[in-house]
Amino acid sequence: MILILLILIPFAGGLLSWLLSRWSDKWPRWLSLVAVGLDLALAFSLWIGHRSSLYFIGKETWIAEVKIKWIPGLGIGFHLAMDGLSLLMVMLTAFLGIMSVAASWTEIRERVGFFHFNLMWSLAGIVGVFLSLDLFLFYFFWELMLVPMYFLIALWGHERRIYAAVKFFIFTQLSGLLMLASILGLYFAHGQSTGTFTFDYEQLLGTTMSSTKALFLMLGFVIAFLVKLPAVPFHTWLPDAHTEAPTAGSVILAGLLLKTGAYGLLRFAVPLFPGTASDFSNIAMVLGVAGILYGAMLAFAQRDFKRLVAYTSVSHMGFVLLGIFAGNALALQGAVIQIICHGVSTGALFIIVGALQERIHSRDLEKMGGLWTVAPRIGGAGLFFALASLGLPGLGNFVGEFLVLAGAYAVNPGLTVVATVGLVAATLYSLWMVQGAFFGPRKEGPKVPDFGAREMSVVLLMMAVIVWIGIYPRPIIKAATRTVNTLRQTVGPVQSNKKATQPSSPGGNYDPQ
Amino acid sequence: MILSDLAPLMPFIIIAASPVIIMLALSFCRSCVLAYVLTLCGIVASLISLFVISPLVPRRITPILLVDGYALCFLGLILAASFVTAVLSYDYFKDRKGNPEEYYILLLLAVLGSSVLVASSHFASFFLGLEVLSVSLYALIGYTRNELSIEAGVKYLVLAATSAAFLLFGIALLYGEAGTMDFSLLGPRLLSGSVNSFVVVTGLAMVVVGIGFKLAVAPFHMWTADVYEGAPAPVTAFVATVSKGAMFALLLRYSVKVEMHAQSSLFAAFAVIAILSMFTGNLLALLQDNVKRILAYSSIAHLGYLLVAFLSSGPMRVTAVTFYLVAYFITTLGAFGVVTVLSGKERDADAMDDYRGLAKHRPWLAGIFSAMLFSLAGIPLTAGFIGKFYIIAAGIGSALWLLVITLVINSAIGLFYYLRIIVAMYSCTAGEAEALPSLSLRGGLMLAFLTVLLIWLGIYPGPLLQTISFMTGGSL
Repeated sequence: MILILLILIPFAGGLLSWLLSRWSDKWPRWLSLVAVGLDLALAFSLWIGHRSSLYFIGKETWIAEVKIKWIPGLGIGFHLAMDGLSLLMVMLTAFLGIMSVAASWTEIRERVGFFHFNLMWSLAGIVGVFLSLDLFLFYFFWELMLVPMYFLIALWGHERRIYAAVKFFIFTQLSGLLMLASILGLYFAHGQSTGTFTFDYEQLLGTTMSSTKALFLMLGFVIAFLVKLPAVPFHTWLPDAHTEAPTAGSVILAGLLLKTGAYGLLRFAVPLFPGTASDFSNIAMVLGVAGILYGAMLAFAQRDFKRLVAYTSVSHMGFVLLGIFAGNALALQGAVIQIICHGVSTGALFIIVGALQERIHSRDLEKMGGLWTVAPRIGGAGLFFALASLGLPGLGNFVGEFLVLAGAYAVNPGLTVVATVGLVAATLYSLWMVQGAFFGPRKEGPKVPDFGAREMSVVLLMMAVIVWIGIYPRPIIKAATRTVNTLRQTVGPVQSNKKATQPSSPGGNYDPQ
Repeated sequence: MILSDLAPLMPFIIIAASPVIIMLALSFCRSCVLAYVLTLCGIVASLISLFVISPLVPRRITPILLVDGYALCFLGLILAASFVTAVLSYDYFKDRKGNPEEYYILLLLAVLGSSVLVASSHFASFFLGLEVLSVSLYALIGYTRNELSIEAGVKYLVLAATSAAFLLFGIALLYGEAGTMDFSLLGPRLLSGSVNSFVVVTGLAMVVVGIGFKLAVAPFHMWTADVYEGAPAPVTAFVATVSKGAMFALLLRYSVKVEMHAQSSLFAAFAVIAILSMFTGNLLALLQDNVKRILAYSSIAHLGYLLVAFLSSGPMRVTAVTFYLVAYFITTLGAFGVVTVLSGKERDADAMDDYRGLAKHRPWLAGIFSAMLFSLAGIPLTAGFIGKFYIIAAGIGSALWLLVITLVINSAIGLFYYLRIIVAMYSCTAGEAEALPSLSLRGGLMLAFLTVLLIWLGIYPGPLLQTISFMTGGSL
């Protein structure tokens, strides 16, 4: 029941926001804040309640589960379930949801009700994606989160918003349809081999089929997820969408929508096609490393602050891809931490860029400079998250990237060495970005008001999360342990011929503490 | 034919009697409201009679009509769609010059023709129904008698007559070889080997031309955009839904009875038509600036999607086609319903500019139109999503990979023009709020009802799917 509430609350909050917006613009803002706040509280209570059972490998896989018949004629059920991984993702969703509502408090002045309606509905769709265990339901939410996102970009975005929104929508829709074809292919393959036609994830696990069929079906899933992630040849929608979206849209895009791709790989693509996935892992890892380097290179070449941050996403998500397909516990844990930290740190950077744009009406780094003297709080926050993004030890992103690299080294040392170059490049573009925006001579003169209490508390909260994960990542690692272990067992062959890196007791002993 | 055969014919008799009653009534009291109310009564009575006769089916009445669960299913769909069309028409025509009274008579005749089509299992009733439908449509399309409307009517007349000639010729050739016009006898005889295959293929090809014209699938789609643009908006809705739907129902029945899947040439022909329709419809729609024309080309593409389900085999086939048709009916009626209620006295609201900034002045109407367009694009929460899902499922279940991939690519192309309309509606061009025609309660309620239905079927399609497979299961 609590799982249904998690999805229903933002849905209802969005509808109410829209309906009540005719009286005052205050209503939608507060309502949305309350709705995502409730979601976060619910997810947090689940975490507290299941702290210990997340860690120990018990019999039941799920913390909470809902299974209702939906379209029984086709074997479609309303099946939601939550394990440690989805719990973390839901908490990230609710957290970034609060941040994005708070960040658009003054930015959005037109059609406030409809804006919050779209914001809430895309969050609800994302929560649905993280919770659904029926492939039909998963696809349903997968598509559902796109439409409000499309509106967010197309209606409240910047100069080239229509182009960016349409490009985003078509990329994701086309890849989504490929995934739908794969889902159906799997459905029929399972039906033909066992006689039961079902979309249920747990039953579809371990479907037997010929290896070529498995390859094509897996590619359908993987392409959809790689487009979302985005991995290198499929990333071209991202800089446009991120740059043109309003702040809240960018936060959700970078912080959550990209994560649905990573989550899909972890939850669906790899476990459903274990053997094929491990055959594919070398290609995927190369794509990941290519993303790390290419994204960093392009980020360095940008003048547009927001576009720069967008390209860093490509680079950082390359680490996630590398970690997922390296396939050992270390790398997988690293990928999970990277997912969360990148969501928070990039989200924060987008909030900072958004705040700057609201103040100086430009995203051009050449026009900025010297902002530290007039707005030290913005500058300080910018520096902090730039350091997080370049992987400064002590901050969360370092833990994620380090674990990924350490895990990947056991599988493919050569590639990992190349990937490490990405860290150097990250240092370059991050410092260049801070230098360009905040230091140097002050270029032109309108007064730039510094962060107020609302923005400061948003940024401080995000800083707290990054520092917390950087210093004490154990809770996250513990929460993801059981998921990672099941995953590691399914993708066993990847590391079978390599040095074993799995710890004997999962969880603790590769903690950087 | 005996007296007890009349009972299963009740829906047809009611629909046939209504125009006569209206004509008589009008000769005493010439009133638009009277004709409108009688039309609605006739349609509703016919709908009710469907439930009354449902225990009596399946029943073959004379060799040419077969009233079975399948026919009842589609009759219900056609009558419901006609009801919506009639309601929308009232607001559209009541303020216009000319005589709106006769409009309803023609509409009911067209409904009668379509009803016969869905119950026919014989070339004679097929042709009869087709002609009754076509002849009424010529007049309906040209009903407003302005330049565009007349052009559309004449275009439709010429092309429909030509295609009917093709159809007749084809029927004659098939009859000459097989010696029967009954669908269920035709199949085995055509496959028996004692026929001249060249003549049979020619005959089948000519029948396909006749059917293809009515369905407006490529390469027989030339009339579509002009007719959609020129015809009054409610008539366009009728042409897009009832006329095509009835024809598709007949085609499906025909293909089952003559065992189309055993005839590879026919199968290949329809596969080519499907692919051509999808690409032609979607690519040409990209070039349009007129909303009615966009919807016309999109309907060509949608018929292409339907053909994918039609070409599949197995238990999902009939359900997929029927469900998609239901979704398509609701969506198309809703979309043209919006066009209808926005249309002023002088012209239809079909230019893209009519929709720019609509969300500001008419948020609900814009919401309804967006829902319809999302359904056409196959986005979740709408019936169109379940329909498209079902079609892809049917296609993959029969391993029609090429067709499914084409469908997937085309769905992505289609997004461009659906999104264009939606973006226009929500774009913030500070609108000089032109006097939009006031929205009648009747039209508003009808559109709201269609939207609720659309979303209901998008979320919870189970009951309808069960009904469809129960009704159509045994009879095909």
